[in-house]
Amino acid sequence: MDRADLLSLYRQMFLIRRFEEKSAEMYALAKIAGFLHLYIGEEAVAVGAIAAIRPDDYVISAYRDHGHCLARGSDPGKVMAELFGKATGLCKGKGGSMHLVDAERRFMGGYAIVGGHIPLATGLAFAAKYQQHDQVVLCFFGEGAVPSGHAHEAFNLAALWKLPVIFICENNRYGMGTPVERAIALYSNVAETARSYGIMAERVDGMDVLAVRALTQKAVEQVHSGQGPFFIEAMTYRFMGHSMADPAHGHYRTKEEVEEYRKRDPLLLLRQTIVTNRLGTEADLKAIEREVNDVVDAAVRFAEESPFPEPHELYTDVMVEE
Amino acid sequence: MPQELTYREALNQAMREEMRRDPRVFLIGEEVGYYQGAFKVSKGFVEEFGPQRVLDTPITEAGFTGLAIGAAMAGLRPIVELMTFNFGILALDQIVNNAAKIRYMSGGQLSVPMVIRGPGSAAHQLAAQHSQSLEAWFCHVPGLKVIAPATPHDAKGLLKSAIRDPNPVIFIEAQLLYGTKGQVGDGEFTIPIGQAAVKRSGRDVTIVAYSKMLLVALEAAEALSKDGLQAEVIDPRTLKPLDLTTIVESVKKTGRLVIVEEGWRFCGLGAQIADSVYAAALEYLDAPIIRVTGEDVPMPYSRPLEDAAIPDKARVIAAVRRVTYRT
Repeated sequence: MDRADLLSLYRQMFLIRRFEEKSAEMYALAKIAGFLHLYIGEEAVAVGAIAAIRPDDYVISAYRDHGHCLARGSDPGKVMAELFGKATGLCKGKGGSMHLVDAERRFMGGYAIVGGHIPLATGLAFAAKYQQHDQVVLCFFGEGAVPSGHAHEAFNLAALWKLPVIFICENNRYGMGTPVERAIALYSNVAETARSYGIMAERVDGMDVLAVRALTQKAVEQVHSGQGPFFIEAMTYRFMGHSMADPAHGHYRTKEEVEEYRKRDPLLLLRQTIVTNRLGTEADLKAIEREVNDVVDAAVRFAEESPFPEPHELYTDVMVEE
Repeated sequence: MPQELTYREALNQAMREEMRRDPRVFLIGEEVGYYQGAFKVSKGFVEEFGPQRVLDTPITEAGFTGLAIGAAMAGLRPIVELMTFNFGILALDQIVNNAAKIRYMSGGQLSVPMVIRGPGSAAHQLAAQHSQSLEAWFCHVPGLKVIAPATPHDAKGLLKSAIRDPNPVIFIEAQLLYGTKGQVGDGEFTIPIGQAAVKRSGRDVTIVAYSKMLLVALEAAEALSKDGLQAEVIDPRTLKPLDLTTIVESVKKTGRLVIVEEGWRFCGLGAQIADSVYAAALEYLDAPIIRVTGEDVPMPYSRPLEDAAIPDKARVIAAVRRVTYRT
């Protein structure tokens, strides 16, 4: 284990955590509106998986997408400005929380029709293969998307044509308020769904960033060897409600359950790894946290001070104009 | 020298020329490869371009349309063949929520250059699930272009333009048009998207009709001319963006307008065209616009009932007589 590496992972995870906490605050202040789905509790999945790929690989996600976008290296100021609906946002304020896109970083978007982006991921992978490039595609979605028709059609095509796509199922146990046991026939082993299409699939502790990265690295190697897609079921948990409209535990789960999962907070686990292995001290971690706090505060300031889009922007970007 | 081709052959030529021209273009859909296309539009393609560029898919419209959208986002130029647009309903979420909106949602960072093509409208006695004219659905959605050519020449020129267009284009053909013949310009030519064509000149009444209904309108115009009524027949060819200018110019001359469409009447495309013409040229109209449309029923199987549900020459002639007060 390498000190700089682990501290960098910690920084990325803490950035997402802090960014999301700040987003919730800004939502309460009505600076952010619409639907806001926080990634708190699931940081190890995005950070671990994205740490295993190259800058020219593709990443695509669903509507709980801030974490993936930040892990991909997008500017927190531009992400926050997007949530504020400002002209300086990643998407000029036209996408919002659920539709972050950073094409330069090959972050191909957040999509908000459950399962609807999974075929797009197979298409990105198809394009890589068609052009004989060796990129891979990381496609994130919740376990709630797995039973959708879009997912099954995409799994079949990806397996049939051996496309270089890694499906990452973030199994946070609830599709909105419906527990996995009441939504997926193969609830005790969601990865089995992918295996039924002949896709290699493994389950991983989604709270352990190093385990997620290691499995994703293995998946990338398999995909590069031409064996076709890989499916990762990352066991994780959402500490907050489904969206800001949903209290932290709600009627569908108990406070005790949430508290129990919080004991395995992915940031806490990584902190322990760093400290017990003497790769960093509490003071080192505090220093990172202070620096990230400043970054997030600056992001909010940037969003706050940025202008709203000009009225004429309503009509631009509907079509590509030649 | 112009060549006489069927509509099917014209489409085949257009795609073949564009695939030769641009290696990013590929064809994907059910039975497009070894079967040569359900309606033989892609005859000879898998032999010329190979299975890497002519992809037979399983019967999963949402899956392969979504795949093509993703490929377009990554810079390829897919042509999706829907065996018929009825099956496109299964891909509607991909088309409406992804293809049409990705450009806008990304603030202009991404684009989706692709064509989704196949036959729409009724053939003969295929019953309710296989006989639908759904163009109005697609025209309703910002972010899509919609084309519905009626002649082999227009089919070739517009399909080539559609393939080169940087936006998602819905290209609606018709089963009953595939075998129709016409003169097609030789060699390399394209027809700009968004340009209507005056298919017959006249001074007494304007008839707007597209796809199969153009042929019905032209037959009606021919019959009417023997009675001394000269109809000007306009084919918008592109339904969105609509070339309102050409239609309005004609209406200013004739003062009367009949719109013929095969789709359902309620919220049909003709309602939009009429609204646009009223807004642009009300003072030039000598009579209310008349729409000749499909009936608001699921398509029946029985031939006499089916015939009653689809506009025909007699109904177009009757509409023209009414709008010119010559009943």
